[in-house]
Amino acid sequence: MMVVYALYGVAALLALAPIAIALGRSPRGSGVIYGASLIVTLTLGMIALLNLFEYSGGVSVVSLPLGLPWLGAHFRIDALAAFFLVVVNLGGAAASLFALGYGQHEDSPQRVLPFYPAYLAAMNLVVMADDAFSFLVSWEFMSLTSWALVIAHHQLRENLRAGYVYLLMASFGTLALLLAFGLLAGSDGNYAFDAIRATHASGGLAALVLILVLVGAGSKAGVVPLHAWLPLAHPAAPSHVSALMSGVMTKVAVYGFVRIVFDLLGPPDWWWSMVVLGVGGITAVMGVLYALMQHDLKRLLAYHTVENIGIIYIGLGLALAFKAHDMPLAAALALTAGLLHVFNHSIFKSLLFFGAGAVLNATGERDMEHLGGLIHRMPQTAFVFLVGCVAISALPPLNGFVSEWLTFQAILLSPQLPSWGLKFLVPAVGALLALSAALAAACFVKAFGVTFLGRARTPAAAGARETDTNSLAAMFFLAALCLVAGILPGFFIDALAPVTKSLVGISMPHQAGVEWLSIVPIAESRSSYNGLLVFIFIVFSGTFAAFAIHRLASDKLRRGPAWDCGYPDPNPATQYTASSFAQPIRRVYGTSVFLAREIGEMPAPGSTLPARLTVELRDLIWDAAYAPVAAGVGYATEKLNSLQFLTIRQYLSLVFAALVLLLLVLAIWP
Amino acid sequence: MAVIREFVFQGAEMLLVLLLSPLLTGFVRRMKARLLQRQGPPLLQPYRDLIRLMRKDVVLADGASWLFRINPYIIFAGTWVAASLVPTFRSGLLFSWSADLIAIIALLGSARFFLALAGLDVGTSFGGIGSSREVMIASLAEPAMLMIVFTLALIAGSTQLSTMAAFMLSSEVGLRVSLGLALLALIMVAIAENARIPIDNPATHLELTMVHEAMVLEYSGRHLALIDLTSELKLLLYVSVIGCVFTPWGIAGPDSGPLALAVGVVSYVGKLAVGGVLLALFETAIAKMRVFRVPAFLGAALMLGLLATLLLFVSRSL
Repeated sequence: MMVVYALYGVAALLALAPIAIALGRSPRGSGVIYGASLIVTLTLGMIALLNLFEYSGGVSVVSLPLGLPWLGAHFRIDALAAFFLVVVNLGGAAASLFALGYGQHEDSPQRVLPFYPAYLAAMNLVVMADDAFSFLVSWEFMSLTSWALVIAHHQLRENLRAGYVYLLMASFGTLALLLAFGLLAGSDGNYAFDAIRATHASGGLAALVLILVLVGAGSKAGVVPLHAWLPLAHPAAPSHVSALMSGVMTKVAVYGFVRIVFDLLGPPDWWWSMVVLGVGGITAVMGVLYALMQHDLKRLLAYHTVENIGIIYIGLGLALAFKAHDMPLAAALALTAGLLHVFNHSIFKSLLFFGAGAVLNATGERDMEHLGGLIHRMPQTAFVFLVGCVAISALPPLNGFVSEWLTFQAILLSPQLPSWGLKFLVPAVGALLALSAALAAACFVKAFGVTFLGRARTPAAAGARETDTNSLAAMFFLAALCLVAGILPGFFIDALAPVTKSLVGISMPHQAGVEWLSIVPIAESRSSYNGLLVFIFIVFSGTFAAFAIHRLASDKLRRGPAWDCGYPDPNPATQYTASSFAQPIRRVYGTSVFLAREIGEMPAPGSTLPARLTVELRDLIWDAAYAPVAAGVGYATEKLNSLQFLTIRQYLSLVFAALVLLLLVLAIWP
Repeated sequence: MAVIREFVFQGAEMLLVLLLSPLLTGFVRRMKARLLQRQGPPLLQPYRDLIRLMRKDVVLADGASWLFRINPYIIFAGTWVAASLVPTFRSGLLFSWSADLIAIIALLGSARFFLALAGLDVGTSFGGIGSSREVMIASLAEPAMLMIVFTLALIAGSTQLSTMAAFMLSSEVGLRVSLGLALLALIMVAIAENARIPIDNPATHLELTMVHEAMVLEYSGRHLALIDLTSELKLLLYVSVIGCVFTPWGIAGPDSGPLALAVGVVSYVGKLAVGGVLLALFETAIAKMRVFRVPAFLGAALMLGLLATLLLFVSRSL
């Protein structure tokens, strides 16, 4: 019956939307709507959590007399759906709590409030849908509500452009999914997932479906090269919605991929994993390289989502490879790694976007080159943002490291795979994953260092004030979760056991009973990791060192001007900026990936003109894939424009010709 | 009883790496000086430097934040923990399974993350140049290191250092091309990670190509002492890892008697000495490289690591 309660929750969220329209302009409105959203998402999250732990008896199904008359609307919560519902509603609850404070500063709340609960409801519905029709309707509803939130601040032209690109890409993705479901359902048009599950698609058809799903769900998740909309749209929305889009909606897209490929499509072919792994590896490295070149804080975070989606796809691809070769234990390990990263990324990415929102609120700036020194003005935000940075950079003892460590362990199992293609691809993907992890750390040294450390670069940054209690509460909650999931990963891995069991038939060994709360994926002699002990060790030896030195040697401290080799310059413009920090990396990687060029103009000796340094970067993916399409569409519209100015006879003959053509096609159709 | 014994061994290991690391640095400096026909500083000079620095007041730059003050402790703690998880004189330590080689590398990555942040904290251009170059070097050194770990793990069937050392001692291992490639790559990475010549020069200040020293330029007093001790620990750690995996002879087993332990300690010190001599020879023989030649050097290490891993993947089915 759990699914019915969950649907009541979704209905409550949907009911909040019209209330929000009524309350839109009142000063109390945002408090009421975000408060109610917080309560409902918390309840939904609890329901999902209970379901995940199977206290309610596993799968629960309901069908409502809505939608297509011969189909109805089916909803279902199984282990996979329950896990993703936890992710969605945890992110939703955190965002609502954050928005209780952050939303007070919204200039036009009537443009945000009605869509916010509807957006949450839509994401819940996608995960619960149990037939293709309700899935696609919810999916499209999710796209539209998030689009409305992207263009909430419509005064800025770039936001409108972001919304336009997003709308196009979202429709394109839905089209691909529509075709995929059409192929899955076959000519009988049996769109219920149960029926699809019963009839396994055969070789060529299944391959086509896989590609379509990779395009459809992948464009929403932001895999390269379908990511172009993501760094435009995610930062354009208000920050709590950015957190939801980046932290949660991309995970709903991953859910779509997992649901179709692991559940509905039947047993995988071995080469499927090649495609997924290749896409994942390229996405991970390209995402982080793009992120490194940014100096807009929110855009940097959005590009980083692309990277993490790549890491998740690497985990999923490995799971597919192991599943196809009938190595269920390894498949369970790889799938757990991917899904754990889904959970981890939803937490720290939400946290980081909240932090960016708090900075935006305090300074009015998203550009890191105009910030700096915020650690003095906003110490608590700085602290939680730092926790998020360490977690996302996959550094122990926080949670990002655990999922990447599991992915590495899965890679180390893959020499046993018999197919030659995988033997060459998997080590290369491992190298790409390692590269992306190292670059991520560089990227977040830059993000934190330039934004929060150093000296304030503008008066806005110098006059920033610490953010409000609700926002801080949401961020501290997520930061604490990062730590808990990092030092006690065993419990989180065990929570995923029912999901892996339902998808690959077996789950990882039970972790909670291992001595000292370590995690041991296969055998202790092979590999083990204990975040708790590492954390205790670090805390202990750090405090010990501090205590011993202060006690035995010296604890005196004087303040003085910075040394800087004797030439400190009081002008904050002499500090390293985001662009100059990235310069060595741009020179190493950017010259080939972005055709980066630095053009220095030195004035003639004796001239008083300033020297100039211009940096040119080209987005090759945009140039190669998007620009030609946009140009082609532009050309076609230009040509087709003349069709608007025909006489009535010409229109009639056009209609007649179309009719004849269609009848001809029907006649020739086998 | 057994648990207490294990605790004692773990504690002994932590103390041993902490106490030996300045000695190793002093030894390398002394060897380099001798190779250049100089007298060189006494072996115990690094200890004296550390004590002298610790006794001095800290002069904190005006713009420094709380992060700048706690960073030396975080960096030191992370590196110390990583170093004491590497089997040195005895394998199968109580906590050695709490982090495998991947986790040890990642712990060093955490330390580096905070060190790079420290470089940016005061807002000086020297700190910035050091940090930005450090992360550039790390972005190649870390993947190279992970590929080496992959190679070793695939050969030994484990990412645990203790198991690896035991496997390398057994007769199954034999001579492998992959191992040779991995050793070469590991040495290259170790040189880069420890900011040695030709990547960086540990003996200079005020040179535009410097990386590590530029990052820590604003530190003084006990903070600087900890940072220095951390780099000494890191050098010791890399020599220990190379020793543990490629020359595992002499390491005492988990239930060995006092004699075996003594042999373990002596052989460990011997390995450190050999490592120190080789490092000094290498550093004296080679010139420092331009900073943008470093990617080629580390790229070669990454490719060697990848090649070693690929060979293993492919040879598994032959």
